[in-house]
Amino acid sequence: MVLPKCPTGIQGLDEITGGGLPRGRPTLVCGGAGCGKTLLATEFLVRGVTLFDEPGVLMAFEETEAELKANVASLGFDLAGLVRRKKIVVDYVHLERSEVQESGEYDLEGLFVRLNHAIDSIGAKRVVLDTLEVLFASLPNEAILRSELRRLFRWLKDKGVTAIITAERGREHLTRHGLEEYVSDCVIVLDHRVNDQIATRHLRVVKYRGALHGTNEFPFLIGNEGFSVLPITSLGLNHKVSAERIATGIPRLDAMLGGKGFFRGSSILLTGTAGTGKTIISANFAQAAALRGERVLFFSFEESPNQIIRNMHSIGLRLEPLVKRGLLQFHSARPSRCGLEMHLATMFKEIAAFQPQVVIIDPITSLMEMGTSSEGKGMVTRLIDYLKAGQVTTLFTSLTQGGHVLQQSEAGMSSLMDSWLLLQDFEGNGERNRVLYVLKARGMAHSNQIREFLISDHGIDVVDAYIGASGVLTGSARAAQGALEKAATLANLQEGARRKRELERKREAIERQISGLRSDYESETMELRRIDAQVGTRTRVLTTERAASGRLRQADAKVTAASPGKNGHGRKHG
Amino acid sequence: MKTRTTKLRAAGSPRRVAKLWQLRLYVMDSTPKSAAAFTNLKRFCESNLKGRYHITVIDLEKHPQLAKGDQILAIPTVVRKLPKPVRTIIGNLSNIDHALIGLDLRLAN
Repeated sequence: MVLPKCPTGIQGLDEITGGGLPRGRPTLVCGGAGCGKTLLATEFLVRGVTLFDEPGVLMAFEETEAELKANVASLGFDLAGLVRRKKIVVDYVHLERSEVQESGEYDLEGLFVRLNHAIDSIGAKRVVLDTLEVLFASLPNEAILRSELRRLFRWLKDKGVTAIITAERGREHLTRHGLEEYVSDCVIVLDHRVNDQIATRHLRVVKYRGALHGTNEFPFLIGNEGFSVLPITSLGLNHKVSAERIATGIPRLDAMLGGKGFFRGSSILLTGTAGTGKTIISANFAQAAALRGERVLFFSFEESPNQIIRNMHSIGLRLEPLVKRGLLQFHSARPSRCGLEMHLATMFKEIAAFQPQVVIIDPITSLMEMGTSSEGKGMVTRLIDYLKAGQVTTLFTSLTQGGHVLQQSEAGMSSLMDSWLLLQDFEGNGERNRVLYVLKARGMAHSNQIREFLISDHGIDVVDAYIGASGVLTGSARAAQGALEKAATLANLQEGARRKRELERKREAIERQISGLRSDYESETMELRRIDAQVGTRTRVLTTERAASGRLRQADAKVTAASPGKNGHGRKHG
Repeated sequence: MKTRTTKLRAAGSPRRVAKLWQLRLYVMDSTPKSAAAFTNLKRFCESNLKGRYHITVIDLEKHPQLAKGDQILAIPTVVRKLPKPVRTIIGNLSNIDHALIGLDLRLAN
């Protein structure tokens, strides 16, 4: 069986208690001075009327009706109006010890009568007794008082009203006068602690008979709209996801992220050392989103809105018109202004009020420094969960100290992030250059390349960094390397041409040689022919002369015929 | 009785003139404590303020709205409206000394 519950209408409290306070039973709210007991109780009544149409009775033992009305008016509660419309009855109970003399037996039936009358006059469902313990100071007989209080709580239960009884926190007990003894159904403790000069309020449900409840201490906030408890740890990992991609405002960066940019509703971490351009990339992202007509909420913890607008103007980003059109809203606060929880609560409120599609937190690290690392991580987790539940794309920037610690220091936070861009300084050749790379991007193909990005008066320009045998080169080194390469190419070209020319020359020389040799050969051939011809002539002459002389000498004709045949053979081969 | 009153007036505060004592008794009719309180109060007044007092008995069971005006918590409660200042005594007045102190009746004696 589930206990019937009475929703308080107080932001977060109903989540912790699983639906509200035990209906028809008294709840004890205790805490030290200035913890917000009265406010919690008053808001319980006011919300009861405005949200659940349950009239209420406020029996005040400490503050007069006028004081109460004035106090809660500053929180936007129109107590006076509700009293006029007979939705709430305020009864100020006052008993001055010095004016009262005790004589004989008595009981507190008068209190019952008043309470009963107030409840019946408006049909109240809710009752607040604030702060009942004052009676211990005004009534001399504690024995009577205790027995009457016991009777009162029983009576409240019988009456069927849901009641809140506030009490001062005691040293050893929950309450100074041990009221927890009488109220055993639900006990809530409020606390106000100061750590490192920063005060944080906490709420804890100590006891809730017959129901599951969060037992942690939950931070709460008293803002200008009343009480809000932050039970974000109760959220699960079941938010919707979107496949829609949104551009970053830097085309080359989009290209690095699979060509389309980030997923809508994802959380993005942008880490870098000082001066690496985190805010500039954030502002680019903000501008791109606002120009698409989305609402962007920019939380800045280091610069004022005007300073950001001015600085971004210098690189060609016009943020002011977007602010005027209501698409971009800045919210600047020093981290030390209040505690981590207060910041978180303020951010939740701003987000709930502005309903942005994109939230930028610049930088998250200065907030995280406010608490311990587990508090900081807890806060980021809650923030991310909250934003993801609302499909809000969030860009966190994170300032890191240089060196290898860079990535370690982010280890706690990075696992919560869907995408992680790393900005770095490259130092060398007497200059610093900025590079960027995508360390992780869940669910999308992304570039593994390091890119240099340049900031000029017309915005951001992402260019390829030079990656060669000697490492990554950026800035003028990249330019110098480029020039070197150009020179080398030119030299290569020139060398080629020279070789070509040389070869041509060689060929020409050889050709010349060949033609010389050929002319030699030809002239020798000519010579040979001439000699041949001469020899032939001479032989003929000789033969003729021999034949003539043989005839003269009457010689044999056979010999003469053989000689010219031998000579003719040799000439043929020449 | 009259002379004694005069004496006390002369001795104490001569300017205090208590012509009529106005007393309010807040009760819940049904309870025995309330009945005792009325009896006790009546007795005090008869013996100390004869002819100079007026007791209004208010039954909160019938008129609960009247409890707020005099800041009534305890039952029974006697409120001395006059003479000023207003005094409040809670209880059934069984403790005579306390009742006398509370009502400042010794002045009247």
